[in-house]
Amino acid sequence: MDNSKHKIRAFLSRFFQTAELKEEDDIFALGFVNSLFAMQLITWVEKEFSIQIEDEDLEVTNFSTIAAIANLIARKNCHAQGA
Amino acid sequence: METKLTERQQLDVADFERFARAEIAPGAESADREERLQIEVIHKLARSGLLGSIVPAKWGGRGLDWFTYGLLHETIGKFCSSVRSMITVHDMVSLAILKWGNDQQRDRWLPRLSRGEILGAFAVSEPGVGSDAKSIETTAERSNGSYILNGTKKWITAGQIADLFLVLARRQDRPTAFLVERDRAGLSIEPISGLLGLRASMVGELSFRQCEIPAENLVGREGFGLVSVALTALGLGRYSVAWGCVGIAQACLDASLQYTNRRRQFGSLLREHQLIQEMIAEMATNLKASRALGERAGRLKQEGDPSEVMETFVAKYFASRAAMRAAIDAVQIHGANGCSSEYPVQRYLRDAKVMEVIEGSHQISQLLIANHAFQESENNYSGFHVDE
Repeated sequence: MDNSKHKIRAFLSRFFQTAELKEEDDIFALGFVNSLFAMQLITWVEKEFSIQIEDEDLEVTNFSTIAAIANLIARKNCHAQGA
Repeated sequence: METKLTERQQLDVADFERFARAEIAPGAESADREERLQIEVIHKLARSGLLGSIVPAKWGGRGLDWFTYGLLHETIGKFCSSVRSMITVHDMVSLAILKWGNDQQRDRWLPRLSRGEILGAFAVSEPGVGSDAKSIETTAERSNGSYILNGTKKWITAGQIADLFLVLARRQDRPTAFLVERDRAGLSIEPISGLLGLRASMVGELSFRQCEIPAENLVGREGFGLVSVALTALGLGRYSVAWGCVGIAQACLDASLQYTNRRRQFGSLLREHQLIQEMIAEMATNLKASRALGERAGRLKQEGDPSEVMETFVAKYFASRAAMRAAIDAVQIHGANGCSSEYPVQRYLRDAKVMEVIEGSHQISQLLIANHAFQESENNYSGFHVDE
């Protein structure tokens, strides 16, 4: 989980400053996110962590903070292993 | 370095070329003049499997890789941008369902779309909304297990003949994607004529008046219609338009080389005049660059690399500008003949202009590309980088 949080932070820092960004800070509310960025984030998460984002994953709460994204990845990986 | 085609890709491209020359080229001028595509062309596309390009074989499609898909659009785009754009919007619907639909939707719609039994079209633009897609005004209200749509969609490619529309509407103030069948009560369609370019792409205006659709026609989640569904579809649209512009530029170059090889003025062939050679050099160079950018975008799309979003914008921006410049020069090279409907270059020019407007306008592309350049510089992210 910590490793994925580190990678998420590194990805986000390609788009905006993340030095002050806490794990629970809402990146949408902070105004960093437009729809194109959100699209790139989804694509990156899929490729980096070898998971498929599906329509049931499409809740803002799954993508709004570093911690939330890491949780989503962990849940998807759990399901994949359990299948 | 230009990508070498595999044997499979070479066979596919030869197929595309053969089909386009035989079935699309002969009618392209009259289709443009009459603002009407013969429905038989669509049927032939369907029979040739060219309406199922990006759908996997599981659902009856060809499952083309992104590079080959680009080559399809270059080849068709050389002969007729109107036909090419109709393939685009159809595939946008297929891809959106493939990626964001549920299993029932995939099983229900993908086989029929892949076989070309039904034609898809993409409905986001409105009379008051183009680039600012999140500000769409068409609404979707819930009512007894259905959705009720109200609003207007305009400039819808293939709108006059499509069977299935992917519509972006405002649901509780957030963009949401829905499938709407043509024969739904409350949907009426008017043709739009008198367009500058892509005149045979059967453009229509859709009016939704208390148009009721079942809840199962929702694609993806409420509120994610733009970020997921529409942007996936628009990504395909942008990529195919970039390659379509490579096709226009190639057509302009081919026409210009042919013309300057036989037309004489002042006792010599046009090809010997240096100012003509300058225009040919610009055309040839920009064509190569456009193709290289398209290949790069295709490779990144194939790898699922998120940088493909920006790279596709760059490819579309450059290729549409290259096509426009090539077409302007092609008309100039042809002189008065270039202004006549007896030659195709005036059609290439009109179509190229539309390509600078659609799928990410010239100006929007510039803003995004500049912003991205600033972002990368501020966050110390350069063109060459080593993955962690």
